[in-house]
Amino acid sequence: MKFKTFPGGVHPPEEKELSEHCAFERMPAPSMVIIPLSQHLGKEAKPLVAKRAVVAEGQVVAEADGFISAPVHSPITGTVKSIGRESHSSGYSKDAITIVPFEPKEGEDAPAPVTLPPLDPATVSVEDIRSRVKEAGIVGQGGAAFPTFVKLTPPEGKAIETVILNGCECEPYLTRDDRFMIERPDDIVAGLRLIMRALGVHKGVIGIEQNKPQSIASMERAVASEEGISICTLQTKYPQGAEKMLIKAVNGRVVPVGKLPLEVGVVIQNIGTATAIYDAVVKGEVSITAALTVTGRGIHTPKNLIVPVGTSLSEVIAYCGGLTDNAAKVVVGGPMMGVAQHDLNAPIMKATSGIVVLTREDVRRQEETACLRCGKCIDVCPLHLMPTRLARLSELNMLDEAERLGITVCMECGSCAFTCPANIPLVQWLRLGKQRVMQQQRSRKSSAA
Amino acid sequence: MSSVTVTEASNGSELLLSTSPHLHSRWTTKQVMWFVVLALLPCVISAVVFFGFYQLLVIAVAVIFAVGTEAFIQYLLKKPIAVMDGSAVITGLLLGLIVPPHFSLTFTALGSVFGVAIGKMVFGGLGYNIFNPALVGRAFLQAAFPVAITTWTMPSYAVDTVSSATPLAALKFDGVATAVSPLIIGNVGGSLGETSALAVLLGGGFLLVTGVANWRIPAAMVVGVFLFGGALWLLDPAAPSPVFHLFAGSFLFGAMFMATDMVTSPVTGKGMWVYGLGISLMLVVIRVYGGLPEGVMYAILFMNAFVPLINRYTQPGIFGEAKA
Repeated sequence: MKFKTFPGGVHPPEEKELSEHCAFERMPAPSMVIIPLSQHLGKEAKPLVAKRAVVAEGQVVAEADGFISAPVHSPITGTVKSIGRESHSSGYSKDAITIVPFEPKEGEDAPAPVTLPPLDPATVSVEDIRSRVKEAGIVGQGGAAFPTFVKLTPPEGKAIETVILNGCECEPYLTRDDRFMIERPDDIVAGLRLIMRALGVHKGVIGIEQNKPQSIASMERAVASEEGISICTLQTKYPQGAEKMLIKAVNGRVVPVGKLPLEVGVVIQNIGTATAIYDAVVKGEVSITAALTVTGRGIHTPKNLIVPVGTSLSEVIAYCGGLTDNAAKVVVGGPMMGVAQHDLNAPIMKATSGIVVLTREDVRRQEETACLRCGKCIDVCPLHLMPTRLARLSELNMLDEAERLGITVCMECGSCAFTCPANIPLVQWLRLGKQRVMQQQRSRKSSAA
Repeated sequence: MSSVTVTEASNGSELLLSTSPHLHSRWTTKQVMWFVVLALLPCVISAVVFFGFYQLLVIAVAVIFAVGTEAFIQYLLKKPIAVMDGSAVITGLLLGLIVPPHFSLTFTALGSVFGVAIGKMVFGGLGYNIFNPALVGRAFLQAAFPVAITTWTMPSYAVDTVSSATPLAALKFDGVATAVSPLIIGNVGGSLGETSALAVLLGGGFLLVTGVANWRIPAAMVVGVFLFGGALWLLDPAAPSPVFHLFAGSFLFGAMFMATDMVTSPVTGKGMWVYGLGISLMLVVIRVYGGLPEGVMYAILFMNAFVPLINRYTQPGIFGEAKA
């Protein structure tokens, strides 16, 4: 049977079997939390608390700064130990609030957790959905961590027809969205309904890759009696979950270069975002936990976990039995686009979708040779670029030609580097060239101004 | 741009750092090349079966001199000796399979040396050559030893073991058509590895299934033969039929193993179609109107020269970019 998809892409080993059967487990509160002010795309949040302040679980400790920003809350009841530079899973150090659990002195009471009043999903207003999503600090769970309420507040004059819930989970290894769909199908549909209500849309589609039969069955059951919501089964292929590729597969539309899905009447939300929206609106919960898959052959016991935001990677890894002897690389996110970690003190963030520990065997590098001109990278590029040519131009620093050939369109999915038989670090060269081209564009703009 | 660095994790073990992606398909240049070698084995076997054990010697000489030439040049240039990547073995095998039966060992060796030295190494080695090295070697032999390279003998067990015409030459110079079924099995006159369509299709099929050879090129060539060969045949029934074109001479061998050489064929999907169609057009023109009975070699070499141009004009349209 042929499933819907997009032209191009690759099919890495799925490796989902390591963790797909593990039900979500709630990890106990850690010994300390480090809460980065920047857990989202956009401006980092502004701290509202000072050192030594006592904060309650769920209390806002930093507020959104500007439109594209999000507030952060304390995941535990505790005392602010410090505010300053800390490790961050992006690889840079960033400002964060460090909180240690509350130890009551004599006659002192721990402050009660802060919760928001539950709202009735049947009657809640559009305004209330948006403000609740904003207040709860929800960010996109698909990887980019874009503040969700912004996506629920589209600019005037854009007609949106369809909300697509992204349940592709096309990154190998990760099984978080899969588990959500198996364990909480009704909440996901209710979350989707809230998104559709906020956007005034009557058509919802849930896109799921065909390698998740349990999820497909579970979601099919959940939408059986739902008007306007359907399941779209997609071919298992990376990067099926990239927004442009998902839209192409689901309704055949092509998002123009440099534009958002809005341009073709679509808003995409991740499965994890839909459940977070449901939890915020219906249960009054704020974004203080992250759902993630801890997996790979380099970890003793793979698990799907609900972890308090701010827990260090090392504590999560220890909770999963620790690293194996041949563990070689710790990746936050999926193995195709995630970031390799150098400091396991970096904290889990709202949008952390997984920790993948790869073994020496997994990351063994093959010898790089000259380009064989096989054209495989061009075949697999989902955006129809010519990676071999662009990588060469980037290497030679021929930025104008690279710009003309569309280097800035590259979304860095890595399909080219994955497939290259000559083992040329294609996407790595493209990434470098893209940054240089964008730098050039910026300086051109500033000198023109 | 070696992206791996090593850092100390908090638990004392070392962690690797590099930018994504962290997985690789496990394809390597070596694997690609040795797969091609594997795919050529059925043709080697058919050469020995139809033309005798001496042919194994011819093929061995071709391979040894191809590999030796590459190693020697790399040694002279103080470059790493990279013959284990298998690409010179392919060149040797290909050349050994496209010479006539009972071909001189000395000439074979010369062809290999010329093909690798002038066809590949002067351009910078694997990945940089414009023309298919084996075909460069064959073209050199054609120019230097025109009689030897066109002296064909029938398969060894045939009654008539003296020199005979190939089906293409028989058609061109004597107007004698050969039936298609012997062409498929391979008991006809012709170059060593090319005569058995079955062996070629077996190896070629393996390359297509594993993705080592891009299917577009042979597909385009077959379409082209029916298009151009068919057109001429309809205009002039005395011209060979497209099916004859398909199975005679080195068409299939060329389509599967020569035209699909990654290095000397286009990188874009559209370009591969243009290239394959171009080869077939040239082939039909040479076969029907040219002075030579066979044209696969020159057709491919001719189109090799156009590859950079084809790549330039067949860039894929970027996803989401308005068509100009």
